[in-house]
Amino acid sequence: MDRNKTQIEDINRSIYDIHDKEAAAHQVERGLSKEIVTEISRYKDEPSWMLEARLASLETYHRLGLPKWGPSLHELNMEDIITYVKPNTDMKTSWEDIPEFIKNTFDRLGIPEAEKKALSGVGAQYDSEVVYHSIKEELLRQGVIYTDMGTALIEYEDIIKEHFMKLIPPSDHKFVALHGAVWSGGSFVYVPPNTEVRLPLQSYFRVNAPGAGQFEHTLIIVDKGSKVHFIEGCSAPKYNVLNLHAGCVELYVKEGASLRYSTIENWSRNMLNLNTKRAIVDKNGSIEWVSGTFGSRITMLYPMSILKGEGARSEYVGISFASEGQTLDTGTKVVHLAPNTYSTVNSRSISKKGGKATYRSSIVVTPEARDSKSSVICESLMLDSSCRSDTIPVMDIRNDAVDIGHEAKIGRISEEAIYYIMSRGISEAEARAMIVRGFAEPIAKELPLEYAVEMNRLIDIELEGSIG
Amino acid sequence: MTKLLEINNLHAAIDGKEIIRELNLSVNKGEVHVIMGPNGAGKSTLANVIMGYPHYTVTKGNIIFEEDDITEDRTDERAKKGIFLSFQNSEEVEGITVENFLRAAKGAITGQNISFVSFRKELMSVMSEIDFDSEYAHRYLNVGFSGGEKKKNEIVQMLVLNPKLAILDETDSGLDVDAVRAVSEGINRFRSKNNAIIIITHNTRLLSSVEPDYVHILADGRIMRTGDKSLAHEINEHGFTSLPLL
Ligand SMILES: Nc1ncnc2c1ncn2[C@@H]1O[C@H](COP(=O)(O)OP(=O)(O)OP(=O)(O)O)[C@@H](O)[C@H]1O
Ligand SMILES: [Mg+2]
Repeated sequence: MDRNKTQIEDINRSIYDIHDKEAAAHQVERGLSKEIVTEISRYKDEPSWMLEARLASLETYHRLGLPKWGPSLHELNMEDIITYVKPNTDMKTSWEDIPEFIKNTFDRLGIPEAEKKALSGVGAQYDSEVVYHSIKEELLRQGVIYTDMGTALIEYEDIIKEHFMKLIPPSDHKFVALHGAVWSGGSFVYVPPNTEVRLPLQSYFRVNAPGAGQFEHTLIIVDKGSKVHFIEGCSAPKYNVLNLHAGCVELYVKEGASLRYSTIENWSRNMLNLNTKRAIVDKNGSIEWVSGTFGSRITMLYPMSILKGEGARSEYVGISFASEGQTLDTGTKVVHLAPNTYSTVNSRSISKKGGKATYRSSIVVTPEARDSKSSVICESLMLDSSCRSDTIPVMDIRNDAVDIGHEAKIGRISEEAIYYIMSRGISEAEARAMIVRGFAEPIAKELPLEYAVEMNRLIDIELEGSIG
Repeated sequence: MTKLLEINNLHAAIDGKEIIRELNLSVNKGEVHVIMGPNGAGKSTLANVIMGYPHYTVTKGNIIFEEDDITEDRTDERAKKGIFLSFQNSEEVEGITVENFLRAAKGAITGQNISFVSFRKELMSVMSEIDFDSEYAHRYLNVGFSGGEKKKNEIVQMLVLNPKLAILDETDSGLDVDAVRAVSEGINRFRSKNNAIIIITHNTRLLSSVEPDYVHILADGRIMRTGDKSLAHEINEHGFTSLPLL
């Protein structure tokens, strides 16, 4: 068996690294200005309120400073970033209609294949715009909406206007403000009441142009009593200039609804990944975050759950793998606003060759959130002595009728465990890989099988260089 | 009689401290050897030196397995040649199930692709043979297993991997009466004229059903005395201190 292949995705890094030339139909100048923002909005033929919102966000962007904590972002120069690159095609609903070179990229990533096998719908974004979107007939009949944000802005303008950047306002931090000014692409999902979407929906985000920024906006509304699983995948070829990803994900989980949001991120090592994700959960609703962070040069990512209704739940499982030259700063935030709310956090990080993995979390329990429960477990595994791993959990508990648990572990691979495994005939390299995969297993088992396989492949690729 | 293992004038040290000295041992196919000895005598050390634990340094002598000098071999190479150690304290490995681990091990040792379905069948039958709940096949390797469950899991591995030489380091300690019976039945079924077993133990419980050919007393890093089954009973009754030479 070719060890570099998985069922759904050809995951060998070199395959991620193939990039296409001459892909753009339209792109703006490098940098960030009122003119550029206006040009994006005009080009996309947006309603005037959106242009106003963009310009207001731009002002907020200029007003806000860089975050005062976390990894240094000083190497980012917005003058070098192209904020809008429209690929040389419109959005299609059939892969056959997409230009060959773009289709090839997604073929190599296994997206059309996965769509046939295991998905209810697929969106594929190439640089700044979505080039493909489809949804199964049966879901359309049930009233499920799954389309790109550009289309949604025209067809469901009222819903978008009511929800867009309301959960994550541009004032939240500098890169959300940037997003508000130059966003494009992304997916919109609406699941009507009491509807279960059995197979996941998946959006795949691909950056192709060097120096490009990707600022997709994902908005999901799961109405009362409904259930859906959304998967997000990301990759880009490697360039020697910085690319920037500052997406925004807003999730509305209504009463008794449940949403699982899974991400496997494998950006190339020249990507600054500053993504913002947030969910607000009504009574007895549930949000589950499953997050795998493997790529990028710097990632700052802390999906946040606001447990607004009584009995609302949040579960977060996340894994990151920081290798040479990578700083992965990840974690989660949970705000318990109502009684009987429940949250769990299970975070694992792996680091090697000087990679830096930081776990950062904040759990807030307000005085109203009586009889709530929260449990946080974070573990890190360091594969050699050159890497760094930090754990920065913050808890702000404002009532005493709560049950809070916290556990943190930082460790290395045990030599005894390697010996034990080798005593059964397994090589040292495979023994180490087994231990690392085992460490990641609690996260892998939350993923659909194909993605779990893919995650293990990513781990194997990472390990190949460091051992054996 | 075919010679399987031969240890010649072995000296082994850990962190500069010599623990095994001048040790000689010869094991033929078809034989069961028992090693007894006081705590700290070096029994587990000997087992781990035979298995190739890298923290021990062999300072003198050699280990021959099937006419092959394996003194410098890596642990996985020794396992592939047919040596198996049932650990006194087995490691817990998170995230990999007993079944998946053992299938990988069997694949590595036989060099063959092991079919999922037939392997599961084999594993289930081995587990039921020694009264080990098949539920444990789906648990992570030894994680949260009780002392006795770990021992049973070692025997399951031995039966599945079918080595030429099995070293059982205190596999009987911590087992309840029924488990001792089940495990000794497993050992007896494993026992054949093509393999050999070294049993390290502190008591004679196991020996009432697993008939040994030789009993060795290991003390102070060397084999002080060798006898037959009666030597084990002598020790059981009178202890090590009553023996001449100790
Ligand atoms: N890392 C080490 N540094 C120094 N001494 C060690 C080290 N590891 C083991 N020893 C010593 O080696 C000696 C032999 O230990 P070993 O585990 O082989 O004994 P044993 O015969 O198996 O005893 P038991 O019956 O208690 O299992 C002991 O005195 C032990 O303390
Ligand atoms: Mg011992």
